[in-house]
Amino acid sequence: MSEEILRLESLSKSFGGIRAVNDVSLSLKKGEIVGLIGPNGAGKTTLVNVITGVHPADAGTVHFMGENVTRQRPYQAARRGLCRTFQIVQPFPENSVLDNVAAGAVFGGAVPSLKQARERAMDLLEFVGLQDVASQPASALTLPNRKRLELAKSLAMKPKVLMLDEVNAGLSSGEIDGALDLIRRIAEQGVTILIIEHLMKVVLGVSERIVVLDRGAVIAEGPPMEVVKDERVIEAYLGSKYAQRLKEKTHG
Amino acid sequence: MITRTGLILFAIWVVILATTPLHADNYIVRTAIMISMYSVLALSWNFIGGFTGYPSFATVAFFGLGAYVGAIAQRNGVPMVVAWMLATIVVGAFAAALGSILLRLKGHYFAIGSIAVVEVCRLVISSWRSVTGGGDGLNIPLLRWSPDDVAIFFLMVMLVLMIIVFALNAFVSRHRLGFGLHCIRQNEDAADMVGINTTLYKVIAFTLSALFVGTAGAAYASWVGYIDPTDSFSILMTVKVPVMVLLGGAGTVLGPVIGAASFVVLEEIFWSNFLDWNRAILGMVIVFLIFFLPGGLLRVSFRKVRDRLKGREGVAT
Repeated sequence: MSEEILRLESLSKSFGGIRAVNDVSLSLKKGEIVGLIGPNGAGKTTLVNVITGVHPADAGTVHFMGENVTRQRPYQAARRGLCRTFQIVQPFPENSVLDNVAAGAVFGGAVPSLKQARERAMDLLEFVGLQDVASQPASALTLPNRKRLELAKSLAMKPKVLMLDEVNAGLSSGEIDGALDLIRRIAEQGVTILIIEHLMKVVLGVSERIVVLDRGAVIAEGPPMEVVKDERVIEAYLGSKYAQRLKEKTHG
Repeated sequence: MITRTGLILFAIWVVILATTPLHADNYIVRTAIMISMYSVLALSWNFIGGFTGYPSFATVAFFGLGAYVGAIAQRNGVPMVVAWMLATIVVGAFAAALGSILLRLKGHYFAIGSIAVVEVCRLVISSWRSVTGGGDGLNIPLLRWSPDDVAIFFLMVMLVLMIIVFALNAFVSRHRLGFGLHCIRQNEDAADMVGINTTLYKVIAFTLSALFVGTAGAAYASWVGYIDPTDSFSILMTVKVPVMVLLGGAGTVLGPVIGAASFVVLEEIFWSNFLDWNRAILGMVIVFLIFFLPGGLLRVSFRKVRDRLKGREGVAT
């Protein structure tokens, strides 16, 4: 289980004068669940975009299964098994829910025929609990269901690493529990998962390790319970004044 | 996707067009040739405009280019059919090269870019006097057959082209290529993320939208015997083709055929009855289409129309 599957080395990306991703180094081991957290605007989504080739990196490298994939295009990332979901869900609105997932299977998952892709899609819809709405157009789905569709679609691509960009945002706490359960079941199949969240409590429960990003840089990394006590993390989230007050309260 | 009924309707339509020389006069036969030719253009446009959702106005550039390549080849002694094949290949290669540049643009920008292609082609052809004859145009050796035989021959040529492009449409629509293009039309970023090589797919669609337009252009040149830049690259023609597809139903296989046929027939009616006003009426038809039939004739729900006629409008369904 300790085999390294994804390695980022001093990855940087700037937009104009803003360093959205600043010298990020990170390593994911096969089969682990890692939480990537950080306040709004910390560069979490940009990091995912750089990894999958949506934005080309300014500096640094991405290695996936020992191969340098820094210069890959998004479709190549998908075919390699480096998959992601979108924070703002991106369905094919006119296609049926089934065909949305089938698209993932046939193009990203290298399933040879459309017919087989639809069969596989149906299995995945059952897995995420969308089998009853399979024939509806994707645009008719509710938000929690769209998030699940997004999940099923990326699962159809046979991911080795799955980056979940705020799959829980906008969900109620009951729905979040359901989603987390789903994530655990995906991890059990041996998929490495990077959960990206800005709500800390969501990731604490499922992650084995947490990486905290602030202003584009990694400011803390480690087991969940240690990370939440880290002063710099508290400061990044709540501001320095509050962090100071909290410290006085607990220590004095 | 095309249903069995659609296929049968298309077959019947081909038979009707093919048998016009047996029972109708020259005017009708000529109209049948025009319908078949425009069906080729509309079905071709369907690949890029219908399946992929890129509003291309470059169709007439491919048509004109095909006409000129065919005409120049024929004038230099290349046999007619070989000249048509040559035109197909040249236009296909041109579209593939152009597509990899032009398809970086999206939406309105792509539309404007594709119109520019038409203008640039027209200007190059009309300025390059030594090869293309410039504004004087080119004469193409005519077939030395009786006028009736010539008409039947070109009707058959256009019909064969129409069947080929129709079959290609039907094939692509159920193949992964069509599935991928459909995804690109709905959400290109998501398509990329799902593992579709969007650039490659769009270039293929653009090339398919040009290939047989080039053949049709070359065959048209051989049929009429004379081409000039203004006629071959007429901007009106480039607008007509998308309108036909929209009239029939974009992204469907049968839609472009229905659209092309009804448009050519409407145009003929307006020409013969309202000589001064036909363009204005055509314009109004286009505006009417955009407002009332955004999905095309194929998407009209006949049940709804019937209910409305019966006065049951407003009943919640």
